[in-house]
Amino acid sequence: MLDSLHLTLPELILSTTALVLLMIPAYVGDRSAKLVTWLAIAALAGAAVAIPGYWGPPRSGFGGLFVSDGFATFAKVTIYAGAAVSLIAAMGWFGRDRDYRAEYPILILLSSVGMGMMVSASDLLTLYVGLELQSLAAYVLASFQRQDTRSAEAGLKYFVLGALASGILLYGISLLYGFTGSTLFGDIARAIGAQKASAAGLSHGTLFGLVFVLAGIAFKVSAVPFHMWTPDVYEGAPTPVTAFFASAPKVAAMALLTRFTVQAAGPATFEWRQIVVFMALASTILGGVAAIGQPNIKRLLAYSSINNVGFALVGVAAGTAAGVASVLFYMAVYIVMTLGSFLVVLRMRDSEGRSVEGIASLAGLSRTRPALAMAMAFFMFGLAGVPPMLGFWPKFYVFNAAVATNLTWLAAVAIATSVISAYYYLKIVKIMYFDDPAPAYAPTRDWAQSALIAAAAIAVSPLGYYFIVGPLASASANAASALF
Amino acid sequence: MTGLPILSILLAVPLIGAIACLFVSAPAARWIALAATLIDLLLGIWLWAAFEVGGPQWQFVEYQKMAFSPFAWALGIDGIALMLTMLSLFLMPICILASWTTVERRVPEYMAAFLAMETMMIGVFMAQDIFLFYIFFEAGLIPMFLIIGIWGGAERIYASYKFFLYTLLGSVLMLVAMLWMVNFTHGDTYIPHLLATDFPPQAQTWLWLAFLASFAVKMPMWPVHTWLPDAHVQAPTAGSVILAGVLLKLGGYGFVRFSLPMFPEASAQLVWVIFGLSLVAIVYTSLVALVQRDMKKLIAYSSVAHMAFVTIGLFTFNRQGIEGALIVMLSHGLVSGALFLCVGVVYDRLHTREIERYGGLSNNMPAYALLFMLFTMASVGLPGTSGFVGEFLSLVGAYRTSSWLAFVATTGIILGAAYMLYLYWRVAFGTSRNADAAAMPDLNARELVSLGAIAAVVLWMGVYPESFLAPMRSDVSTLIARVERAAPPGDSGLVVRTAHATQGEGAR
Repeated sequence: MLDSLHLTLPELILSTTALVLLMIPAYVGDRSAKLVTWLAIAALAGAAVAIPGYWGPPRSGFGGLFVSDGFATFAKVTIYAGAAVSLIAAMGWFGRDRDYRAEYPILILLSSVGMGMMVSASDLLTLYVGLELQSLAAYVLASFQRQDTRSAEAGLKYFVLGALASGILLYGISLLYGFTGSTLFGDIARAIGAQKASAAGLSHGTLFGLVFVLAGIAFKVSAVPFHMWTPDVYEGAPTPVTAFFASAPKVAAMALLTRFTVQAAGPATFEWRQIVVFMALASTILGGVAAIGQPNIKRLLAYSSINNVGFALVGVAAGTAAGVASVLFYMAVYIVMTLGSFLVVLRMRDSEGRSVEGIASLAGLSRTRPALAMAMAFFMFGLAGVPPMLGFWPKFYVFNAAVATNLTWLAAVAIATSVISAYYYLKIVKIMYFDDPAPAYAPTRDWAQSALIAAAAIAVSPLGYYFIVGPLASASANAASALF
Repeated sequence: MTGLPILSILLAVPLIGAIACLFVSAPAARWIALAATLIDLLLGIWLWAAFEVGGPQWQFVEYQKMAFSPFAWALGIDGIALMLTMLSLFLMPICILASWTTVERRVPEYMAAFLAMETMMIGVFMAQDIFLFYIFFEAGLIPMFLIIGIWGGAERIYASYKFFLYTLLGSVLMLVAMLWMVNFTHGDTYIPHLLATDFPPQAQTWLWLAFLASFAVKMPMWPVHTWLPDAHVQAPTAGSVILAGVLLKLGGYGFVRFSLPMFPEASAQLVWVIFGLSLVAIVYTSLVALVQRDMKKLIAYSSVAHMAFVTIGLFTFNRQGIEGALIVMLSHGLVSGALFLCVGVVYDRLHTREIERYGGLSNNMPAYALLFMLFTMASVGLPGTSGFVGEFLSLVGAYRTSSWLAFVATTGIILGAAYMLYLYWRVAFGTSRNADAAAMPDLNARELVSLGAIAAVVLWMGVYPESFLAPMRSDVSTLIARVERAAPPGDSGLVVRTAHATQGEGAR
């Protein structure tokens, strides 16, 4: 028992801290918000250090419900980092309107606990509990500015659609349990293998279960056709919350999907691959086409996230160790680029300090704020996947994995659709560099955010190649080997 | 060979200059840019002098394996790459001079973008790792996009998008093909090894088509050439020079380096695609050029026609054709670059590219008219200029493959003479139609140096092409040996004796 508890050390740290921190504002009030936030960031750092799975073979606890392996470790480090950055982003943004409350960091901590469980789940029920914990915190975060109708609407939409997705997921889980006799990933894989080996083949019940579970998870990664909530929620939610949604939960859900497809549904690769391939191509195409006309930067980045999920799904479709490694690599680089873009978006405030979201307001940013414009240009070229930017490499690995598994056609089609999305990333660059300047944004003095933007820009610049690609590729390859 | 990593230094100098430019004022940025390009040119001349003609195929080789990396820092040049690198190094200082006073806004960024471009372009020619090649090949898009979009003409935004997206779409398909090839060789990304790999013929067809998608856009071949006139017309003068002079050569270089030697069977099987598209390009774009009212557009269309001679020459599978194509590439880089500079000279004075507005320039701008005449003749292919050598050789090569091919291609020469002389006549001869055109001063020292330098090389290449052919000869032999097994038979019935052929190409 103690052994099992040891495996959940990061989750224990985070939940305990969250509960203790909840006490502080109860006595001091919202004045303590900044303090609580920094403590929450410290807790996330502590949790990242306390992950037991850095070395050694995969270990599972609680009778196989929970695993701690290299895969989970990689995902957790990425998730905690994403959560910490979005906390720093939130402090500067909310603080100005005096509407920052101490519950915010606590909700992020609870959501991080849920995400940690998602990536460590090796059982359908652990998966479900983790997913729900993450989602419940996220619903509240989306409507955090409760006076603001857009924020409230975003929260409600997210909740209703999220509940529907959870229902679909649970339905799939019950079907899988019914037709395979277990909720443990390993047992499900054995049962599916046995069914496929039998004369009757894979039973329809199992197949339906797989489809429903995949649909439920697809909602969380916002893959087409389960993406409808994304633009609305991203637009309505407060910007730092959007930044959070676009980063850590995406990684968690993608890792969850990867682990489920490989460990539980591995023997049925042929069956689920069709679904994943469809979602991948639909996401890259829709995420590319629908964003072209968007005048709102948050909606545009929402479609960009759909688009990127599509590319990551190409790696999932490969279903090999290289494919899994490429997904992890993709998500890690993706959150750097996307958090960087959102940090720039957080800087978009008119001269009176109100936040603006129109793309047109970026016009001529290269004259008024050259450094900020350059950072944003790096993120945009990176998201477009143009070498020598770091953003090229995730696509490189994903397509390499697809080609190595004889999915060359998928790689060719998906990479061709990346040209569509390149158009709107270029549009942002064009607005910043080619157009005449719009009124300048209000100056900001937030050293933490500036440092983060600079760090992210350097990381995605060609310079970052030397420092990041090598170690990250080997780390993700190690992490992926834990699943095979 | 010395231990000095000369190729890395060649790549580093402009890049360091680019970063330095970003932090200084406009005049300092100009001088930094000029200094960086001149240092690179001097290093390049040293490189050419040190290049051992008839030595090993790959010289100045550098190989640095990088840990956990999908590619290696592998550089090296053969004669073909050397010549094209020299072309880029030679044109760069001229481009910087051409933008000396004409670019007034955001000079530091402009110079930085140009220097970054230089690194990417020469990197393409030097890369010996297939993914390193791809990175350089693609990375040049970003600075060129900015150059067209920020400093271009009225329609610059449309042109910059078109340029970027067309070339990106072509290139990404090539990336998938490269991934497939590297998977086929189990992770070997070294180009000399890949050159010796025999890919299965069925796969070759697909790979060849994927590479064609990329190179045809860069080249550009009809019907994907439409980005070129837009980009040329809207780009600043120096941008047009670099586009015509070097960027268009990337496609031809790609055919020589990848398509032909790596996929000889597919090249032979699909040679009709190349010939068909090239012939359409020669006739169609020449006719289109004939009716242009905009000088830059006219030269842009003529570029498409000239590049079609390159593709025809390369895919003839014989020595004359391939060597001719390579010379056309070099010659066109110089000549069309110079023609764009000539347009730039009058554009700076009158701010219009309408042919109608000029006339009689030989009266008030004699030096200009003389140099413009020389480049017009070189573009037409007058003997004694570089244009003649290249076009003649590639037509001889084409004739050995198919007489009909040569017949149709030769009409391009006639049409070329028609549109170029018509252009020259309208601009330089007659009486001036406008008082302001008649009042334009002649070339200043800066312009004279730029155009004079190019003119000297054009004549050198026309009179003694051996200087340029010698370094490439053994590489062409290697290429021919590689593709010989697939070479389609010619229909001309010419029996060329090997001994005779060697002698005819100039005894050493």
